[in-house]
Amino acid sequence: MISSRWRSKLNLVFTYIFIIFMMMVALFPVVWIFASSLNPGDSLFTSSLFIPEKATWRHYIRLFRETDFPVWYWNSIKVGAFTSSLTVLLVSFTAYSFSRLNFLGRKQGLMGLLVLQMFPGIMNMVALYVLLNLVGLLDTHLGLVLIYAGGAIPYNSWLMKGYLDTIPRSLEEAAIIDGASRWKIFWRIIMPLSRSIISVIAIFNFVAPFGDYLFARLVLTSPKNWTMAVGLYDFISGQFGRHFTQFAAGALLAALPITIIYLSLQSLLIGGLTKGATKG
Amino acid sequence: MQTQINSRLEMKGNRRYIAAVLSAIFMGIGQLYNRQWLKGILFLFFYILVMLNSIPYFLESFHNLRTLGQTPMQDHSLFLMIYGIISILLFLIVLAIYLLNIRDAYQNGRLLDQGQRPRGFYTALKNLIEGGYPYIILSPGLIAITVISILPMVFSMLIAFTNYDLYHSPPKHILNWVGIQNFYRVLTMGSWSRTFRNIFSWTVIWAFLSTLTTFGLGGFIAILLNNPQIKFRKIIRTILILPWAIPGFVSILIWRGMLNTNFGVINRYLAEIFNLNNIPWLHEVFWARTAVVLVNLWLGYPYFMILITGILQSIPDELYEAATVDGANSWQKFRAITLPLLLFAITPLLIMTLAYNFNNFNIIYLLNDGGPAVFGWQGGAGGTDILISWVWKLTFEKLKYNYASAISIIIFIIISGFSIYNFRRTKSFQQEEMLK
Repeated sequence: MISSRWRSKLNLVFTYIFIIFMMMVALFPVVWIFASSLNPGDSLFTSSLFIPEKATWRHYIRLFRETDFPVWYWNSIKVGAFTSSLTVLLVSFTAYSFSRLNFLGRKQGLMGLLVLQMFPGIMNMVALYVLLNLVGLLDTHLGLVLIYAGGAIPYNSWLMKGYLDTIPRSLEEAAIIDGASRWKIFWRIIMPLSRSIISVIAIFNFVAPFGDYLFARLVLTSPKNWTMAVGLYDFISGQFGRHFTQFAAGALLAALPITIIYLSLQSLLIGGLTKGATKG
Repeated sequence: MQTQINSRLEMKGNRRYIAAVLSAIFMGIGQLYNRQWLKGILFLFFYILVMLNSIPYFLESFHNLRTLGQTPMQDHSLFLMIYGIISILLFLIVLAIYLLNIRDAYQNGRLLDQGQRPRGFYTALKNLIEGGYPYIILSPGLIAITVISILPMVFSMLIAFTNYDLYHSPPKHILNWVGIQNFYRVLTMGSWSRTFRNIFSWTVIWAFLSTLTTFGLGGFIAILLNNPQIKFRKIIRTILILPWAIPGFVSILIWRGMLNTNFGVINRYLAEIFNLNNIPWLHEVFWARTAVVLVNLWLGYPYFMILITGILQSIPDELYEAATVDGANSWQKFRAITLPLLLFAITPLLIMTLAYNFNNFNIIYLLNDGGPAVFGWQGGAGGTDILISWVWKLTFEKLKYNYASAISIIIFIIISGFSIYNFRRTKSFQQEEMLK
């Protein structure tokens, strides 16, 4: 009896040790990048894990005074907000039709959406570049928003369709008996009921432009139009680490709001992802 | 109801056939024959417009799509190709309207044959909106997908069958169709096929390793934290999912700095604590591969940790209580209850993650540019390059668009086969009764 209690105690101790180790691993890069951002020097070489002796907020101040960082931040917010709204609108229509309406080509359409999202997006870049060039949308945020929103439709439609399928039809049937039009059913019943999946889609698509480097780099050529990712990458490209401390400050500021959103809404976000994907 | 009654009505005359044939010969005539003046004139007008304007344009762009242009500097093969694809799409729409016109003439002719009045223009319009409701609300998404996904996809796929590379780039040169030559070369030609085979096998190993390690660690932590004796579980979980909450773009670049061989903080601590000197994390194939797997583990374990925590919490306690009554120890309970339920719920997500990692461009490219370079490999391929990052290099660094496109078609076939298999297994798909 005693030995088994000892064993469970020992188990607990090892569990704690392992978990503390994992927490250190999880926090390590965060602490390090914070320490780097306070470092008075410029390069990667001078960075260390501990808050430097001559800690300074200089890099943060310089980000706002001497670089286009605030502009990039604003650009990312703008692109994110438009991408998110456009995606939600397009995806809601698409998902609703596939979940609720019967029409010729429905199954083929669903299959098509599934297959479309498999084609590597990178390969579409050359064609998208030529297309944007044709319609004069190169180096504009509108062009970038259209690419993001269009590319987001297949996956997110599947996600939302999976969610809509779980909403019982009895409510709509009752509304039809009461004489509600389809338009009314869509806006008054379906949309409010799918609020949680809509917020998941809205958040993910708002955040996505903050992390995308490839398409932003392709479309936006002038530094004034850059989004965050392009600007940050510019700090460390070329000779890696020369402006590392500045990158560190920018990276922290860029990641902070997104990290807070993700942490505070974790169960909603993960729940939305799995519910749409596995469903039952 | 209505149609059933109609079909039982006696047919007088052959107006329906005549109207359909007339509309097939010349759009709108059938409608006029049915005495539907407004509709007839609209169709007629549309037909004349198409015949005069669009058909010559279609013929020209189809021709250009076939030849991809004749005079260098004047004809731009890429533009001709895109115009060609757009023309095919537009032609299909015109064709659909044409078929609709024949069907309309036939149906209204039948109504006349039955001695009824054909539907008026406004009723027809109302019917169209009512019956076409799904298509109308689908159309914004459909148009966006067509322009932003389908059109570029068809374009990229066509490139795989041309000779588009650095030495044949428009507008200086005219592209040629070369059939499956690019596939043949990538898969069989000396150093190219060796590179392809090496990268392909690393891609497969990478996909499995990255998925299984994140699943393993995430699951292990979730199971440890499921123990109610542990205090502050909520705070611990929040700290542990931090890597998931930080944008991947930022954290991968941070890791890139930390893994720097000479100045990186990792090597400095390894030297201080374990006296290990200058591990070439980013410069030797073995270490570079280890580094991407480890960094990916850091990035990816929280996802599985949260998923598995959710699944564990949904397993009813009664199962464990019953097992305790039967005298099972904790290992037996884990083997017989937790593991099967867990695997059942998580398998589709595991396969999805596997497909995702197969094309996980970001970590490979941002951590190390796919490097280090390997001597003798073609197309700038490096030791950690997976197929998709190799495609990127071929496209934007080596300008070998044709090979890049051929390889992405290969990736596409693998991934879609994989995913279709996976989705067929899931419940939502079986309910759809698709693919049967």
